[in-house]
Amino acid sequence: MSIRYTFGGDEHLFVECSEEMSLEAFFTSLSMARGVRDSGIKGVTEICPANASFQIKFNPDLIHPDDILREVKSIEGAAGKAEPVIKTRIVEIPVFYNDPWTHETLMRFRERHQDPTGTDLDYAARINDFGSVDDFIAAHSGSPWFVSMVGFVAGLPFMYQMVERQRQIQVPKYLRPRTDTPRLTVGHGGCFGCIYSVRGAGGYQMFGITPMPIFDPTQTTSYLRDFMVFFRPGDIVKFKPIDRDAYDQAVEDVDKGRFSPPIREVSFDLREFQKDIDGTNAKLEGALHGH
Amino acid sequence: MAINVLHHGLATTGQDLGRPGYFHLGIPIGGAMDRYAMRAANLLVGNDEGAAGLEAVFMGPKLEFTEDALVAITGADMPPKVDGVVQPGWTAFLVKAGQVLTFDFLKTGARICIAVSGGIDVPEALGSRSTYPIGALGGFKGRPLAPGDELPVGKGSLATEGRTVPENLRRKPGTPAELRVLPGLYWHRVTEQSQASFFDDEWKVAPEADRMGYRFKGGRKLDFVDRAQPFGAGSDPSNIVDSCYPYGSIQVPGGTEPIILHRDAVSGGGYFMVGTVISADMDLIGQLQPHMPARFIKVTMDEALQARADRQALLTSLRAALI
Repeated sequence: MSIRYTFGGDEHLFVECSEEMSLEAFFTSLSMARGVRDSGIKGVTEICPANASFQIKFNPDLIHPDDILREVKSIEGAAGKAEPVIKTRIVEIPVFYNDPWTHETLMRFRERHQDPTGTDLDYAARINDFGSVDDFIAAHSGSPWFVSMVGFVAGLPFMYQMVERQRQIQVPKYLRPRTDTPRLTVGHGGCFGCIYSVRGAGGYQMFGITPMPIFDPTQTTSYLRDFMVFFRPGDIVKFKPIDRDAYDQAVEDVDKGRFSPPIREVSFDLREFQKDIDGTNAKLEGALHGH
Repeated sequence: MAINVLHHGLATTGQDLGRPGYFHLGIPIGGAMDRYAMRAANLLVGNDEGAAGLEAVFMGPKLEFTEDALVAITGADMPPKVDGVVQPGWTAFLVKAGQVLTFDFLKTGARICIAVSGGIDVPEALGSRSTYPIGALGGFKGRPLAPGDELPVGKGSLATEGRTVPENLRRKPGTPAELRVLPGLYWHRVTEQSQASFFDDEWKVAPEADRMGYRFKGGRKLDFVDRAQPFGAGSDPSNIVDSCYPYGSIQVPGGTEPIILHRDAVSGGGYFMVGTVISADMDLIGQLQPHMPARFIKVTMDEALQARADRQALLTSLRAALI
């Protein structure tokens, strides 16, 4: 993997680990971003990991751009030698697929879609060669996803599914972006899944909705009291399909402060994963359910 | 002490010098678009430079004061009036209890900073009083002002009445506005001819210009170097695998209309960027009106650092002038 360094003006160093998306590129960028954080380079004010790249904001009054470039490049060498293992957490997110709210929204913006005659789920299932929407949902919820980036707007996770490239779900974005997307919509664009943290404009295909808030500036949601943003880059997500009753129950639980998402600490080894993808994913899911 | 909002203008928000540290979670730095003007306004009324003031774009609000306070208006040229009597810009003037502050039409620039002695005393959110409306975070209830709002104001002093910023220390964009840019990021994606035309052409600020980003029109379309699009990048040649966006970075969706991301930037996305406006020129963008001509000026890192030092020297002069 040839890593490219480039400056974003006099305050940002942009590091592209790969032009194309892959779990390896994501893993390299996350490991290097963590390496930069741990090395405590003078003048670094923010480190933003992304899918296959990351960005460092620095204060050029404290460190010359040439010096930060040299220091970060030295971390590339160390990251190359380090074990490809990260400690992270896995979380189960309930999803009500094919729900009435995203359905109402996608019908309202149908003329902006590639296929105005069906739904986003119909379209995504068809162009990804699934026999039915149910098969598509089984694949979407069947293997876990890495949170490869948190951003765009507050607390929104970009997610990359932990499967071989040929099994990656790929869909184009809407032809023209919608001006509205329900809060907590589970969407997909390109090879990335996302959860819309707030209501607003969006161009990703809409598959369902989760009852679980992931951004709460009032910090009243029980599991967001310590911090208003739920996701962190490197989190692993497993979707769990739920029906309307379970959705309504979960919404009530959230409102009453009783909802807490299942979360377990896990260790992820890229080599193990590459040797046996489904086996590694099964182990992760086992950890989630306390096996 | 409080300020009663009688009219909110077009979009008036509480702002300070921003909320660094949360861009990796999609929460932008925010704060005054024109930082220099906000610092100056605060210094004029005896506040810390980082106190919260108001930022109003294109049209001023109508504000009723419940106690005496000093006020200073900086940034755009939009004459303030107290009970109908015009007051000077870039100068601390007194507004008495019961008086109403209004504004004349905008003459030049785009945004005024309104500082009040004592500062706008809303609670801090993630270390800042800046408003981030998309996240309903900070400022006054996480949103722009609305009629009927009662803005809390801290305890200030009236000691600096009449204090003024000398004319040579009032920073404004020229015509055409010149924005210095360090090429980079995905600069290599466009052809040599387009690399030249980007800097040769005169651009105009588009109507889609806000705190999140400023769009420009009128220059030639950029052509891309041929390539097979990388996996995950999307099919348009202007697409990349979604990455972080630096503040000031210039993305050109479809190669047609450059967008400079500003204080309320989205933190990342899937459009390539040709480079980044240098830190010294970010304030100027906040004073550009739609349809204003602008040029991008190519600079090196050394020139960017020199411009940054020059801007800091200006700030040092401002502080010295306002003691």
